Amino acid sequence: MRDAVADLVRDGDTVAIEGFTHLICFAAGHEIIRQRKRDLTLARMTPDVIYDQMVAGGVASKLIFSWLGNPGVGSLHAIRRRIEDHDPEPLEIEEYSHFGMVCRYVAGASNLPFFPIRSYYESDIPKVNPKIVPMTSPYDDATEVYVVPPLRPDVSIVHAQRADASGDAQIWGLLGCQKEAAFAGARVIVVCEEVVEESVIRQDPNRTAIPGVVVDAVVEEPFACHPSFAQGYYDRDNAFYLDWDRIARDPETLDTWLKEWVFDLGTHADYREKWGSAHWDALRPGDAMSGEVDYGRYA
Amino acid sequence: MNATAERDLGYSRTEMMIAASARRLEGAKNCFVGVGLPNIVCNLAQRTVARDLQLVYESGVFGARPERLPLSIGDPTLATGATAITSMFELFAFYLQAGLIDVAFLGGAQIDRFGNLNTTVIGPYDTPKVRLPGSGGACEIAIHARHILVIMRQAKRSFVDRLDFRTSPGHSGDPASDAARGWHGTGPTSVVTDLGTYGFDDSTGEMTLMTLHQGMTLDDVHANMGWEPKVSPDLGQTLEPTTEELRLIREELDPTGAHTR
Repeated sequence: MRDAVADLVRDGDTVAIEGFTHLICFAAGHEIIRQRKRDLTLARMTPDVIYDQMVAGGVASKLIFSWLGNPGVGSLHAIRRRIEDHDPEPLEIEEYSHFGMVCRYVAGASNLPFFPIRSYYESDIPKVNPKIVPMTSPYDDATEVYVVPPLRPDVSIVHAQRADASGDAQIWGLLGCQKEAAFAGARVIVVCEEVVEESVIRQDPNRTAIPGVVVDAVVEEPFACHPSFAQGYYDRDNAFYLDWDRIARDPETLDTWLKEWVFDLGTHADYREKWGSAHWDALRPGDAMSGEVDYGRYA
Repeated sequence: MNATAERDLGYSRTEMMIAASARRLEGAKNCFVGVGLPNIVCNLAQRTVARDLQLVYESGVFGARPERLPLSIGDPTLATGATAITSMFELFAFYLQAGLIDVAFLGGAQIDRFGNLNTTVIGPYDTPKVRLPGSGGACEIAIHARHILVIMRQAKRSFVDRLDFRTSPGHSGDPASDAARGWHGTGPTSVVTDLGTYGFDDSTGEMTLMTLHQGMTLDDVHANMGWEPKVSPDLGQTLEPTTEELRLIREELDPTGAHTR
């Protein structure tokens, strides 16, 4: 992880760490904070606790998003301080709706100049974001759509349950925008719970979300999504999401947390060890195996 | 609205809101669910008035069968056992934008008399007093879901004469122009608060008080509303939660009382 972030994330980059509640790569965010990257534009549909940590860690000057909160809990206090009070400095924002953000990635991944959607009608969102533009259908004067611009992150970081050494990555459970963000990114880091043999991937090609051909680095990092979750591997650590509300309310408490859990730890392995194995055991779900399908052999 | 009154009634204000909201899903098929109260409402409706209800989550789940109360709209319990998990593009494009969603729940920090909602900001956008989460999927949900149900606790600061920001459109105030929009969505159909239930007037699109919950008065409504509310000439009393509804809420849906007490 240290090498992947050092080589591929540069000051001033637009960085997308995607994952909709599921598969959010906190370990990558922590490494970016540890390496004291600066002036990043952070893109994510739902900034979540990871971007609150990164903003507090001083790596970001701008945020692109569609829903800004601690899901199921409340606010992201470090980000709110930057926006509401410019404390310790202002944070530029550029906001969309979820569908708008999704289609920005789709346009970026498809090499399209814009993407039309039926949204934003009679909403104030386009008034505060001039990049959301009304357009009349070229085929039907009566149909108005809004278009959003492509999003092509300099670096997309996506987590997957498993990948092979070439970066062919398989995901199950909530898919979020992992695939779209990966194809849209100029540089791509795939982080996974397990690196597996290529034959495991080839056994179930329908489950491959991201082909290695668009991937620049593969990092095996178990529990890298904590306190987010990886379907079938570990549950969301909801106690931490609740605790973050308390930690982030007070800048000093937050700084102490960053020092203890990010700066004073060298790697995510140290983070795993600091939580302790009992913590990870408690987050492990029961089994719910998928049935098998027969792809057939056509030799 | 105090604790004594709740003890006398035998159920909480929140349980009243849940029961009244669940009944509004009678016969519904595909419902876009949020976390917290809407989630309990949908699960109650599935067990009572809407047996065929498919729970749809913007995280990309169609036909969820959660085995525990989801902690967020992206809880892993929503994935296991679902009918389908889609990409978020498919969920918003093929399911929502194409018109498959019958009903959706929305809420907000502010609502106006026409059901427009603000989830973006309190105060000016560039110098916010309180920065709220923003749209998420709400803007397109408001436009495409055929009916919108709103569950909100009522207060003067949230039921306002003028929104600070319009995140999601409701009725325009002119039903003829609303009909000409060509949207799948017909705007908010009802609002359930801790004081009563509201519909929207066919000729003006304005929120109209239809029923008061047991123990509530018009004075309570006036005291918690930022405009002079329209009141139905047939103003009635909200049917109280039944023993069976309360049993389902307390024993199956929220046994710890985290959301309902």
